[in-house]
Amino acid sequence: MQKIGVFVCWCGSNIAATVDVKKVAEVLKAEPGVVISENYQYMCSENGQALIRNAIKEHGLTGVVVCSCSPRMHEATFRKTCESAGLNPYMVEIANIREQCSWIHKDIEEATEKAIILGRSAIAKLKLNAPLTSGESAVVKRALVIGGGIAGIQSALDIAEAGFEVDIVEQSPTIGGNMAKLDKTFPTLDCAACILTPKMVDCAQNEKIDIMTFSEIESVKGFVGNFKVQIRRKARFVDEKKCTGCGECMQKCPSKKGLNDFNMGLNTRPAIYIPFAQAIPNVAIIDPEQCLKIKNGKCGLCAMKCNVNAIDYTQKDEIIEREYGAIVVATGYKPISLENFNEYGYSSYKDVVTSLELERLMNAAGPSDGHLVRPSDHKEPKVITFIQCVGSRDTSGCGKPYCSKICCMYTAKHAMLIREKYPDTEVHVFYIDVRTPGKNYDEFFRRAVEQYGVDYIKGMVGKVYEENGKLMVQGSDLINNEQVVIPSDLVVLAAAIEPNPSVRNIATMVTASIDTNNFLTEAHAKLRPVESPTAGIFLSGVCQGPKDIPETVSQASACAAKVIGLLAKDKLKCNACVSHSDEMLCTGCSVCANVCPYGAITYVDKEFRLGGGKTEVRRVATVNDAVCQGCGACTVACPSGAMDLKGFSNKQIMAEVDAICKR
Amino acid sequence: MQKLETLMLEKAKNLLSSGEVSRVLGWKKGELGYDVEPSVFTSAQSLDNFVYNVFCGANLSKYLVQETKKEGKILVFLKPCDSYSFNQLIKEHRINKDKVYTVGVECQGKIDNYKLKENGIEVVESFDEEVDFVTVNGKKFTKGEIVLGKCSVCEKKLLDYDEVISINEKRSPDKDRFEMVKKLESMTADERYAFWKDQLSNCIRCNACRNVCPACTCTKCVFDNDNSGIASKANSDSFEEKMFHIIRAFHVAGRCTDCGECSRVCPQHIPLHLLNRKFIGDINRLYGTYQAGEDTTSKGPLTDYTKQDVDPSDVFGG
Repeated sequence: MQKIGVFVCWCGSNIAATVDVKKVAEVLKAEPGVVISENYQYMCSENGQALIRNAIKEHGLTGVVVCSCSPRMHEATFRKTCESAGLNPYMVEIANIREQCSWIHKDIEEATEKAIILGRSAIAKLKLNAPLTSGESAVVKRALVIGGGIAGIQSALDIAEAGFEVDIVEQSPTIGGNMAKLDKTFPTLDCAACILTPKMVDCAQNEKIDIMTFSEIESVKGFVGNFKVQIRRKARFVDEKKCTGCGECMQKCPSKKGLNDFNMGLNTRPAIYIPFAQAIPNVAIIDPEQCLKIKNGKCGLCAMKCNVNAIDYTQKDEIIEREYGAIVVATGYKPISLENFNEYGYSSYKDVVTSLELERLMNAAGPSDGHLVRPSDHKEPKVITFIQCVGSRDTSGCGKPYCSKICCMYTAKHAMLIREKYPDTEVHVFYIDVRTPGKNYDEFFRRAVEQYGVDYIKGMVGKVYEENGKLMVQGSDLINNEQVVIPSDLVVLAAAIEPNPSVRNIATMVTASIDTNNFLTEAHAKLRPVESPTAGIFLSGVCQGPKDIPETVSQASACAAKVIGLLAKDKLKCNACVSHSDEMLCTGCSVCANVCPYGAITYVDKEFRLGGGKTEVRRVATVNDAVCQGCGACTVACPSGAMDLKGFSNKQIMAEVDAICKR
Repeated sequence: MQKLETLMLEKAKNLLSSGEVSRVLGWKKGELGYDVEPSVFTSAQSLDNFVYNVFCGANLSKYLVQETKKEGKILVFLKPCDSYSFNQLIKEHRINKDKVYTVGVECQGKIDNYKLKENGIEVVESFDEEVDFVTVNGKKFTKGEIVLGKCSVCEKKLLDYDEVISINEKRSPDKDRFEMVKKLESMTADERYAFWKDQLSNCIRCNACRNVCPACTCTKCVFDNDNSGIASKANSDSFEEKMFHIIRAFHVAGRCTDCGECSRVCPQHIPLHLLNRKFIGDINRLYGTYQAGEDTTSKGPLTDYTKQDVDPSDVFGG
């Protein structure tokens, strides 16, 4: 006979305000098999847990149902509670009456009825629970960092510092990311290269760090502690080990018309190039679309000039496989495409630029050697107008609904730097709000207005058009309640930022969830901000949400701390809710192995008795408990219904459904 | 066609007498001309009843699941549509390929006995087949008028076999395979429900569709599994029993080769293949054209993941 205890949590007023918790406890007490049903203000508190422990001992409970928040939140807590009182931790079921009930209902009667039904369904499932034990698996003591921007660099350095090996996989030919393109950084105005490049060099020199640039993640298999990752090392047509980065090849290359990505396409570069002077690795790369030798076999000048024979026009992509215990996603961001914002004339006028392009125009290593000139005629602009929130906080559908967070500060920075270096330049900024929370941030913005006399205009810009060689910026001034037209020489658009487009693929490969804006979802918005809900996957930098550099670096280090915590363990407790195959039903069709993301399923030929002294050899599936993560893909794919998940059996789920549908 | 039969018979006799195979899986003459049935022949004498003609619609591949568990090798004759089922069964490890000698045979469409009846022919006294025509009891039909639905839309090719017997005569499909699926898709949900309710109300749950289906080779069918937790429950309404067909269509989705056996054997003449063909159409649309059983090794689109796979939002919006 089962003895079930039901524990209904108020969660302060989170549940109790919308659900009559006393009634829920009372009604569930009458369910067959329930011997005790209690309610308490905070079931997860020490007192609440003691209530459960005492009831287990006093009533000899065989199972526990906790009606509380999502199992994501406290299932582990209550399993531990029960285990400490001598009950198998898998004899606990959580009825989620908070996220799936009290938070989404307003009517107390309705919510209470639903809470009772959810409780009943958990009881019905619990009755079919069986005690489970979990195995152990070893941890591969190496981390993979996907993305070599400041986030990936910082995470990798911190993990390596703790003594673990780290690989950085970066899709572009150098690490450094967007930060390497910036001129100065707010709020201290130190130059980005001065603070970033030493870190890049640290990465390159650190024995524990292996940098793979111009590489992409091809596939990810496995699970926390044991990921198997295939990495595509794309052909760069230059032997990375031989190239010394002397740059002779760049000078000789006759095909010089490639757009320089590093300078946001504002100038050109040869077909063989090193992205920028401080690139890591300091190794050339050939653009095969542009290289005359690769395209039509005629040239080969760079190979002739190269003293170390590093050029290899026949180089092919190479796929390598490595094992990791943890994966850090640090894929960063890119500014959005401005094709939806024709009113600002970005595609029509050369002198309408994005903020990231302005960074290059102001950078000493940029296309104009730091001399701020207009892209159209290389003249110094005398009137510069900035437009804020281009595609940010945009609910029209053209842009992004969120605040890109960094634009207010970098625009203040741009305005200030321009006024400092070119005091006779007029600077106007159109803004919706100025958002500058953060240490020394508001002071920084005020300096731009008060000391540097930047003209901030509250209002949106309607359009930018050309008249008499000037870019006419027409917008509204909401403070003075008037329409203004500002004839400008240069217009700078603070384009919204969005996650790097490659993140969707990567998220799918590592089974991490992403939100509607393609930002990776954290395990808990407040309490687990650097972990993905998928065990072993960690989030670093803007891939999780818009951030500036200080925040990114903090998060990257926090992320590293979590990775180190994982890699420091020798063994991980495996998931006990694993799949198993009913050999009497299994036909050995391989469908389950096809869909298993962990490679946990193999097949054996087994002899079965058929009766009458006859036997038959059949191919049947077996599941490796240490590898199975209990995702359940096989159970739904199995046409015979032979695959079933411990702790989530088809019967248990049917029992839950029946309990919900029963009136 | 007579010529094909002679060649096949010759092959069967040779392989049996040489000991290369111990059995032959083919078609056996019935009493009434049209009632040809699958049969295993174990001797040269028994091959006297062997037949290959325009009535040999039955798919032989499923029999190999049991036959290849027995001692010795078996010769099987596979029409193009049978061979796709054969490949799919190889892929699912249901047939031991080492125990089969496969011979592909050409096919220009097989007669639908229902269509004969509709044309007033109850007893077949004589028949003669050409590539595009059949003459039964002296009455000449175009193939399009008289062949099985699956044959009207057949684009299947002779696949890779141990050997092929062919006289190189080909017939092209005369109908759009997805015509009826498109018609069903254009209906409102209510109209579609009415269509299937009407059709499936004729079902007598004889299980012939399941038993003949080459994709239904489970050791124990879920519908026969008392331990499934769904057995012996009262129906909530009269349609619930008919969900059998829809569940079955889900079970074979991505694996169904569209061999059309379900509809061919249905004694109630229900167009069951349309359920499967709807899935095939959807798979083609969402993942690119896919023919189950075209090869023996690839993962099907429903059990594989590629970077090009559609997102749910591409299908359902949002």
